Amino acid sequence: MTTNSIAQLALYCLIIIALTPLLGRYMAKVFQGEKTVLSPVMVPVERAIYRMCGVQATDEMSWQVYAAALLLFSLLGMILTYVLLRLQGVLPWNPQHFTGTQMSPDLAFNTSASFTTNTNWQAYVPEQAVSYFSNMVSLAIHNWMSAASGIAVAIALVRGLTRHSGKSLGSFWVDMVRATLYVLLPLCMVYALFLVQQGVPQNFMPYVHAKTLDGQMQTIAEGPVASQEAIKMLGTNGGGFFNANSAHPYENPTPLSNFIQMLSIFLIPAALTATFGCMAGSKRQGWALFAAMGAMFLVGVVVCTTAEQHGIPAVAACNVMVKPTGGQPGGNMEGKEIRFGISDSALFAVITTDASCGAVNAMHDSFTPIGGLVPLSNILTGEVIFGGVGAGLYGMLMFAIIAVFIAGLMVGRTPEYLGKKIEQYEVKMAMLAVLVLAASILGFAALSVVMPLNAHGYWNPGGNPWFNVNNAGAHGFSEILYAFTSATGNNGSAFAGINANTPFFNLTLGMAMLIGRFLMIIPLLAIAGSMVKKVPVPATAGTFPTDSGTFVVLLLGAVVLVGALTFFPAMALGPIAEHLQMIHGKLF
Amino acid sequence: MLKLLKPAILVTAVFTIGAGFLFPAVVTLFAHLLFPNQANGSLVKYNGAVVGARQIGQSFTSPWYFHPRPSAAGNGYDASNSGGTNLGPTSAKLINGAPATGGSGGFTGIAQLAVEYRKENGLPASTPLPADAVTYSASGLDPDISPANAKLQGARVASATGLTLSAVDAAIAQNTHGRTFGLLGEPRVNVLALNLTIARLKAAGKS
Repeated sequence: MTTNSIAQLALYCLIIIALTPLLGRYMAKVFQGEKTVLSPVMVPVERAIYRMCGVQATDEMSWQVYAAALLLFSLLGMILTYVLLRLQGVLPWNPQHFTGTQMSPDLAFNTSASFTTNTNWQAYVPEQAVSYFSNMVSLAIHNWMSAASGIAVAIALVRGLTRHSGKSLGSFWVDMVRATLYVLLPLCMVYALFLVQQGVPQNFMPYVHAKTLDGQMQTIAEGPVASQEAIKMLGTNGGGFFNANSAHPYENPTPLSNFIQMLSIFLIPAALTATFGCMAGSKRQGWALFAAMGAMFLVGVVVCTTAEQHGIPAVAACNVMVKPTGGQPGGNMEGKEIRFGISDSALFAVITTDASCGAVNAMHDSFTPIGGLVPLSNILTGEVIFGGVGAGLYGMLMFAIIAVFIAGLMVGRTPEYLGKKIEQYEVKMAMLAVLVLAASILGFAALSVVMPLNAHGYWNPGGNPWFNVNNAGAHGFSEILYAFTSATGNNGSAFAGINANTPFFNLTLGMAMLIGRFLMIIPLLAIAGSMVKKVPVPATAGTFPTDSGTFVVLLLGAVVLVGALTFFPAMALGPIAEHLQMIHGKLF
Repeated sequence: MLKLLKPAILVTAVFTIGAGFLFPAVVTLFAHLLFPNQANGSLVKYNGAVVGARQIGQSFTSPWYFHPRPSAAGNGYDASNSGGTNLGPTSAKLINGAPATGGSGGFTGIAQLAVEYRKENGLPASTPLPADAVTYSASGLDPDISPANAKLQGARVASATGLTLSAVDAAIAQNTHGRTFGLLGEPRVNVLALNLTIARLKAAGKS
C-alpha cells in the first residue's frame, strides 16, 4: 500500500469511528420513540402518515405478525414494480421510448425481486432499457422501502435481545416510517444536493446529441440521477442509474463525491452497532461488534489494495508501468477510472461488498484474482462486516449467537448473550439461516455449471448456462460463483462479464435473492420472538463477557470458520486456481 | 393477514408518492435553483454548439488532439451504453485481442494498444507506458488521463498543431488537477478541457 492509500484509509476510519456513536445514539432515540432534534418537524408528518394508513402507533407486534407485515409489504412492492416495469411503455418520463420489450417478463421478475430484496442486481443496461420513470419511481422506491425494512428488522431483533420478559418486538410500520423520516430522508436530501453540486445531473431531458470537438457524434444519457444516487448509497442498495454504476462519471464525478459515497455506505450500518449498544444499555456491547467488523474490513483493504497495485504480469510484460509514480497510478488499471486510481477503487470494492451495497466504481471482473477474491469473500461472510443497513447488524448478531454457543460448548456451560440464555431453538434457527444461504449459493452455482440446456431454447438461447461467461478458464467459474453469491447475499455487485439476462439466470438469480433475504430474516425474527420472552439471569463470575476482546476474537473465529469451511472448495476452483495460472503466465 | 393488508397497501402508496415523486421533485427544484449547470449535465459549448459534457469522456483520434483511454462503452465512448471490458487477468482476449467475426467487431488487446500508442507518439519500445494509456476504463467514459500519459502525447500534439512544446506542456499543466485536498483520488487531466485549450490556442495562432 502507498502512503497515500494508507492516509486515505486512516481518514476514512477516523470519520466512521467519529460518526458511529453520534448517529447510533440518535437512532436509538428515534426507535425508542424519544424526542430528537427533528421531532418538531417530523412528528406531525409521522402522525399524518399513521392516520392515513390506519396504523395505531402503539400497537406492538409479535414476531409472527412482524414477519407477516414485512412479507406482505415486500410482496406488494414487488408486484407493483413488476407491473410498472412491464408497463413502462405507456408511463411518462420516457424520452427514449423504452417499453416492455426491454423489460421481458423474466427480466422484470428478476429486477423486481432484486430491488425488493435490497440486492439491486441489474441484468440489464439501464440507459438502454429503463425509462426515467422506471428508474425514479418503479425501482427507486425500493431503495427506500428495503432499506427501511432492513433497519426495522435489525431493531426488532435488538428489542428481542434487550427487552425483559416481553411478548412483542415493536410495530413494523412505525419502525419503517421512523427509519425513513428521521434517518434516511434528511440525510438523502442534503446528500443529493451535494452530489448535484459535484456534477451529478438531475433532469428529465432526452439524451443529448453532441457533435464532439473531433467531429464525431456522441449520444449522452441523462436523467434524474442525483435523487436516486443518494439513497442508492445510503440505503446500501447499489442499483446504478447507468450500467457502469458509480464508475460512471455522471454518478460519481469526483474524488470527493467518491469519498462521500464510500462514507455513506458504512455510515448507517456502523452506527447501528452503537444503536445496539445504547439499547442494550452497554455501549461496549456495540463496540465489540464494531471491532470485529472493523478488523475484517482492514484485512480486506490491505489484501485487495496490495493485489491490485501488484498488477498483471502479462500487462507488465508489454512494458507498462506497475509501480505508481507522481504522474500515473500504476497497478492493474484495467476496468478502473483515473480519478479513483488503484487505492480508491480497491477501497470502494471492499466497502461495497462488506456492506451489502453492491455499487461499484471499478469493474470487479477485471480485478486480479486475489483482488477479486476479497469482494467475493466479503459477501460470503454473510455480509456482516458492517453489512447492509440493518442486515449487517442482524447478520452479525446471528454470528454472535453462534459464537457464544461455541464458547458454551468449550467450557460446558449454557451460553448466554446479554444475560439471556441461548438455547437449542435459537441455535437451530441461526444455523438454519447459515445453511440456507450456503445451499443457495453453492447449489445454484453448481446447477449452472452442470445443467445442459438446448441452444436456441427459451431458457438460455446460448445453450448451456456456462456458455454465458465472458472469460474462459477458472475466471469463468468465478463469474458464475460471484453471481449467485451476490444474489444470495443481496449485494448486487457482479463479475459483470457474465450474460445473466436470460430466463434461466433471471429466474435462478431472482430466487436466490428472495431466499437470501427472507429465509434469513424469518429465522432471525423467530430468534427475536423467542429471546424477548426470556428473563435475564444476573451475571456471575462464570458468565462469558460479550463485550471483551476474547469475545471479539471468538466472533471473528465463528465468521471466518463458517465461511471458510463452507466455501473454500469453491474458492479453490475459482480465484485461487486463477491466481496460480496467472503467475505462471497462462492465458485462456 | 387481512388486518395487515390495509396498512401494507397504504404504506406502499405513501412510499411510492413520497419517495417516488415528492423527493425527486424537491431535489430537482433545488438542484435547478442552486446548481443549474450541473443539474443539466454540465454540457460544454464551443463556438456556440454543444460539444459534449465536462465529465463524460469522448473519443479523439486526430493527431492534433490528446487521446483518451481505450473505451469499451459501445463502439467506444458511447455515452448511452457505459461499461468496461469485464475481461480478467488471465484473458487471452484482453492481452492479445480478438479478430472481428461475423457478428461482432474485433477487440484490440493491451499488447496491440501498447504498440499503437508507442507508434503514434514516436516512442521507442524501451519507454515504459503509464498504466492508464493501454487499459480500458471501468465506465468506458473516463474523462481523464494521467498526467504522465498526457506528457507522453505532448510532442505529437505540438508537431501536429504547430504549437511549441512548451505551449503544449503549459496547457497540460493548466488542466492538471492534483489530488483533492492533496489526499483524495489521483492526479488527472480532463481530456476534453485540455483539448479545448489546444483548440483555442490553435485558433488563436491562425488568426
